[in-house]
Amino acid sequence: MNSREYDVVVVGSGPGGLAAAIAAKKNGAEQVLVIERDLELGGILLQCIHNGFGVEVFKEDLPGPSYAQRFIKEARDLKVEALLDSMVLEASSDRRLFVTSRQGGIQELQAKALIFAMGCRERTRAQVRLPGTRPAGVFTAGTAQRWVNVEGFMPGKRFVILGSGDIGMIMARRLTFEGAKVERVLEIMPYLSGLTRNYVQCLQDYGIPLQLQHTVKRIIGNQRVEAIESVAVDDRWQPIPGSEEIIPCDTLLLSVGLIPENELSRQAGVRLDPVTGGPFVDNRFQTNVPGVFAAGNVVHVYDLVDWVTEAGYEAGKSAALFAQGKLAKPSKLVRVSAGENVRYVVPHTIDPAALAEGSIALQMRVRQPIEAPVWVEAVAGSQQLTRRSLPYARPGEMVTLNLKPEAAEELQKSDKLVLNIRKR
Amino acid sequence: MPENYDVIIIGGGVVGCMTARFLSRYQLKILLIEKEEDIGSGTSAANTALIHPGYDPLTGSLKAALNVAAVPMWQQLASELNFAYENCGDYVVAIGEEELPKLDALYQRGIRNGVPGMRLLSADEMRVREPLINPLVSGALFAETGAMCDPFGVTLAAAENAVMNGVTILRGTAFEGFIRDGARIIGIRTNRGDFSCRWAVNAAGLYSDMVMHQAGVRPEFRITPRKGEYLIIDRAEFQLKSVYFPVPTAVSKGILATATVHGNTVLGPTALDQEDKTDKTNTPEGLAEVLAGGKKLVPAVDVRHVIAIFAGLRAAGNAPCETPGVSYNQDFIVEIPRSVQGLVNLGGIESPGLSSSPAIAKRVVDLLKDAGETLKEKKDWDPIHPARPQFRHLTHDQRRQVIAKDDRYGRVVCRCENVTEGEIIAEIHSPVPACSYDGIKRRTWLGTGRCQGGFDLPRVTHILARELGISELEVSKKGAVSRFLLRPTKEIEAANE
Repeated sequence: MNSREYDVVVVGSGPGGLAAAIAAKKNGAEQVLVIERDLELGGILLQCIHNGFGVEVFKEDLPGPSYAQRFIKEARDLKVEALLDSMVLEASSDRRLFVTSRQGGIQELQAKALIFAMGCRERTRAQVRLPGTRPAGVFTAGTAQRWVNVEGFMPGKRFVILGSGDIGMIMARRLTFEGAKVERVLEIMPYLSGLTRNYVQCLQDYGIPLQLQHTVKRIIGNQRVEAIESVAVDDRWQPIPGSEEIIPCDTLLLSVGLIPENELSRQAGVRLDPVTGGPFVDNRFQTNVPGVFAAGNVVHVYDLVDWVTEAGYEAGKSAALFAQGKLAKPSKLVRVSAGENVRYVVPHTIDPAALAEGSIALQMRVRQPIEAPVWVEAVAGSQQLTRRSLPYARPGEMVTLNLKPEAAEELQKSDKLVLNIRKR
Repeated sequence: MPENYDVIIIGGGVVGCMTARFLSRYQLKILLIEKEEDIGSGTSAANTALIHPGYDPLTGSLKAALNVAAVPMWQQLASELNFAYENCGDYVVAIGEEELPKLDALYQRGIRNGVPGMRLLSADEMRVREPLINPLVSGALFAETGAMCDPFGVTLAAAENAVMNGVTILRGTAFEGFIRDGARIIGIRTNRGDFSCRWAVNAAGLYSDMVMHQAGVRPEFRITPRKGEYLIIDRAEFQLKSVYFPVPTAVSKGILATATVHGNTVLGPTALDQEDKTDKTNTPEGLAEVLAGGKKLVPAVDVRHVIAIFAGLRAAGNAPCETPGVSYNQDFIVEIPRSVQGLVNLGGIESPGLSSSPAIAKRVVDLLKDAGETLKEKKDWDPIHPARPQFRHLTHDQRRQVIAKDDRYGRVVCRCENVTEGEIIAEIHSPVPACSYDGIKRRTWLGTGRCQGGFDLPRVTHILARELGISELEVSKKGAVSRFLLRPTKEIEAANE
């Protein structure tokens, strides 16, 4: 069977994928295809009916589906092709894909440039090894979100939420709107894992208690969840005897982290960063495999969708240039590394020549929270290239540092750029 | 007037279903009852998924005899019933010099039990055969007849083949007592009415003690459930080549590290005796023990790559071995007791129960013959349980052919395991149909991968509701009150009013 050829193929039609497809079209790619496993374009945005999307990109506060719709419309206007209800089964390092769907059966596609934009999946009960029974009523927050917001069903009436991730906090509010009782949110860490604004707007405003340094000791109930036993933990996450509490509930929601979805990337020979769970990328969002790019949460877990869109634009542009043979080979690659109190930085490498043409956003997560003014600095050798001040640094909130073209010359002399976040 | 059967099998685990399948060959009217909403959902669904070669049970025990007799039956069974089975051999691995002498003892016991194809391997050879094994390995016992299988798949295939050959299976049907005429059992009482029979087969596993006590048999016999906790490691991280046991302890075969027919690695089980026949909870201590045991054999084991945890209960009994001179009191019971007529009594079928199940089923047939049953073969008995298409195992060309016939095989519902809507629908309309999420999961392996059903759960719920003609609110995880959804949202409720 002949394979169909495209300039750029994008796997996934969430915010990263849509922005990438749009940017690919605008930068000269003629045949651009987006592949989506669901029935409609938009990815997880379609179940995110709360607002908070678009504040950076549109200077407007939009619900997820409205945010998605703007990009869906633009992609349609630009004649981006779409394969819906289709799953990519295989991806190879020479950018060949096998896709399956009801309508098309098994199709083989060849891309001149390939963009992975599969987003991420939620960590499960097993990954945090929650002890106890295995009844119905233990769901990830995102699964509950789909049920409530897309399918129109309530997966419970009385909830405990484990993990203070953003989806969990947003679901706490949504479930409260629906008349459910959210008993509390438990967080094993001594700090919030999601955005402060979600804590204020979703928990505090509705009187939902957040217990830091608490976790689920066991799940109780054979058929359906009947209760959970919570326990306080010390600074080394060890349960504190005597602090146990039985909380009656019918549902336990998990919001205990997201993992970039990179099974296809691995197949294609893409190397993954064990810290982010996503590919090593350069400032073009190109992976170690030439012509294979990655955009959005597949690279690392973002805090705001707007940054995913920006990353998608960059990846789409780079992929279009690669497909046309116009993507400049890097003159040299400077390694970007996580220094003091920084867990990771993306991109992993920078071409100083590319920096000379325009600013590059370095995005990172802090390791430990600092509730005081901090410096975020980029250091090459002994030279500080740039720094910015922030009122605080929290693990739940991404930190961005823009590297300006002026720094290109200094960077050219260096092999390594180190990012630090320290108290002012 | 209760319905009349020749044989009623109490219990739809692997032993009951295998017995049903073996008996379905003869001109008998057979009923199998299972108290749970699905067959194979007890011990048969949560075990180590291995066919043991037979060097482990004590020489002279019924366990040893039936295990060794069953091993050669598996290859043919797998080709007739089409379940996942792989004869990969197995290894007992000694770590450090102090464990080495125990291998020879096992080898000698294997010889006495009549186990073929065993060999003692040097540490070097073991390291070559399994590069992931602990480098401190001091030697290994290899048995070529060891195999892995999908134990639920075995149970299901046997049950479906039995149904194809005329056996009736009633699920959600719990045994309550025997109906007797003097010393003769003439029927059983259940929560769904009475059924009369000439023979009842006690295949009740964890509950086999309670069933035999209802017949007044072996009042001293007792099942002490022995819990085993397990961890599953993502196949994307590493894949073992075979099955690796530690040298055994006094109570169990120890915590092993094994490949599976799914490609994932299974670690476990622990061995904890308990009173409760239903407590299958996972515990932090159990999981820590499994992890430590797994790491001892395969140092690459990393807690971050765990994708699932589970626990199962072994039906450990206290029956003395009947061979004179063999002092052992945890043997299988496979008998027609003298004190009562019309009962085939099976009990204490713990490990190696799955391995022995075909031989146990054959022994039941022989016992019935010995008791004077003239078992006449059906002319149209069909030993073949045809395989249904499994998308993930097909080539692209085979996939195209399957999709051309039914395009629902083109839609992947489970991303991690590549299970399609067509496969799910086929399982809902099969001879022993799936009627819950776990039923679909066990039959297709959907939801068993990295995301553990996060993506597929709402979709499968929808498909189950549609195909069963019920509301999504009625779809359950494992029957009864294990429902996922408790009410519609306000918007939908308002629209419905």
